[in-house]
Amino acid sequence: MDTRFWLIQAFNGISYGALLFLLASGLTLIFGVMRIVNLSHGAYFLLGGYVALSVIAATGSWVLAIPVAALVVAVIGLVMERVFLRRLGFEPLRQVLLTVGFAYLFQQAALDIWGGDSKDIIPPDLLRGSTVVGGLHLPMYRIFMIATAVVVGAILWLLMEKTRAGAMIRAAVDDSEMARGVGIDTSRVSMFIFALGAFLAGLGGVVGGGFLGVYPGLDFEILPIAFAVVIIGGMGSLTGAAVGSLIVGLADNFGKALFPEVSYFTLYAPMVLILALKPTGLFGRE
Amino acid sequence: MFLSSRGKIWAVAVVLLVLAAVMPFASSYIVLLVTQALILAILAMSLDILLGFTGLPSLGQAAYLGMGAYLTAILATRYDFGLGWSFWVVVVLGILIGAATAALFGLFAIRAAGVSFLMITLALGMCVWGLSYRWNSMTGGDNGINIPGRPVFGIDLAGGVTYFYLVLGFFVMSLVMLYILVKSPFGRSLVGIRERELRMRILGYNTWLHKYVAFIIAGGFGGLAGVLWAHLNGIVSPQIVVLATSVDALLMVVLGGPGTLVGGALGAGVVVFLRDYLSTVVPWWQYLLGGVYVLTILYLPGGLMGIPARIRRWRAQQAGPQREKKL
Repeated sequence: MDTRFWLIQAFNGISYGALLFLLASGLTLIFGVMRIVNLSHGAYFLLGGYVALSVIAATGSWVLAIPVAALVVAVIGLVMERVFLRRLGFEPLRQVLLTVGFAYLFQQAALDIWGGDSKDIIPPDLLRGSTVVGGLHLPMYRIFMIATAVVVGAILWLLMEKTRAGAMIRAAVDDSEMARGVGIDTSRVSMFIFALGAFLAGLGGVVGGGFLGVYPGLDFEILPIAFAVVIIGGMGSLTGAAVGSLIVGLADNFGKALFPEVSYFTLYAPMVLILALKPTGLFGRE
Repeated sequence: MFLSSRGKIWAVAVVLLVLAAVMPFASSYIVLLVTQALILAILAMSLDILLGFTGLPSLGQAAYLGMGAYLTAILATRYDFGLGWSFWVVVVLGILIGAATAALFGLFAIRAAGVSFLMITLALGMCVWGLSYRWNSMTGGDNGINIPGRPVFGIDLAGGVTYFYLVLGFFVMSLVMLYILVKSPFGRSLVGIRERELRMRILGYNTWLHKYVAFIIAGGFGGLAGVLWAHLNGIVSPQIVVLATSVDALLMVVLGGPGTLVGGALGAGVVVFLRDYLSTVVPWWQYLLGGVYVLTILYLPGGLMGIPARIRRWRAQQAGPQREKKL
């Protein structure tokens, strides 16, 4: 175990964390603003990957597949929120079961449309090679994942901190009753956030499809990991999602490399401890 | 249709007796499914103690099922223990390990409420799943553990119908014990906590301790279900500890009717029918499972057991205006 090992593992962990950030940033916004435990979020991720496969099959364009898949998933999320979740009001358990029901429906639909085989999203040649940095061979695709997460994170940060819409969202996170009181249409904020969250999950699905593959069951594999990120970082906090993604990405990689027998335990045990000791997570607000 | 509480007990007893009488004539596949439903019914009833009576929606009940099942499998394969009369020791150990796990988990979970409780129980459940999936040397990892055979003590449990009767016995015992529990002063105070925890605290109840004890009891029954599960299938793999099992258990309770005990059993029957029977008949069974989730949440807030009350209310509404006319 020399420096190279540590550097490679750290790089792998950071790039996996970057992928997790795409999934978790949307989940944490949905969680923070609407207090909805959305168990469909993994299905959004999976659907993003599948829609991208279809777009690539139809047009041959990987670049086109990214926005199209993300938008399709955003529309699915929007409809789910408007038609079904709105009616429930704030009832965590019923929201959980409703979103699980939809996750199963999406699972079956994906199986019927795209079949049960594991598939890969093939990125353009440019992203398939590797580059040498300081004597380390780094796959281009992992660099691309990190770059995507950085760009998405920057856009989200600008959106949340520098725009009027962002200020309204932050107000709704901190105190939705008060936000309603000063005339913010929290219902529309919720709709926007849910669509944005689904959009990000779909985007993550396309990016993740070139890395993890796209296969039945991926949705429920990745979902609890995304929740670990959200909980560790703190519900509703983008900074938290970024830091949480890095922590979970690194913990997952080093856990698997160093203590394979307890590797998932090392991922979920911190989640338990944070929930028990500081339920707001590292960056969540009271 | 509208029975008194004594009538309901009779109705449940009749249903169970009919089940016991019919099983010897059913196909072995049906016997397997019914046995499976009864085991999951024990798990669902244990969850009902938390969700229906105490108001604690646990998203990690599969953990206790897993602990009981893995204990049974590990003892049977490594120590050749639990395949004779020692089966009864394993039953006790299975209950104890479920209860002990819940006692540990409860220290973390009971402090939380609402969404936090959902998340922390999910995380605890995933901890157990992670260990079962990865701890190869202990759990056999993804492949799981194969159990050589069912216990033999005087009677051989290898036969499907024999094993069904054993499980039915455990189910009835669990139902009776849990029924006595919820009718006891302790059970009444759990309902009080569900309705208004603050009031109970003001009245001098140690609500944390009440919830903690309920959590441990639920874990114990979960462990029992795990022991029975292990011998039903002869294999224990991470598949039983996945999040979907915990979520299914919640659905069973909500679908059947929270706070009714037998509702959970009813829900278990429906879920097993969809997941294990229908999936072998039609390829699109998951639309039905997903549909049941969605429709239950949208249209059946009181679950199946709540339907008679809803009809009664509806009839009263219909009858209401007419009665006024007569007066």
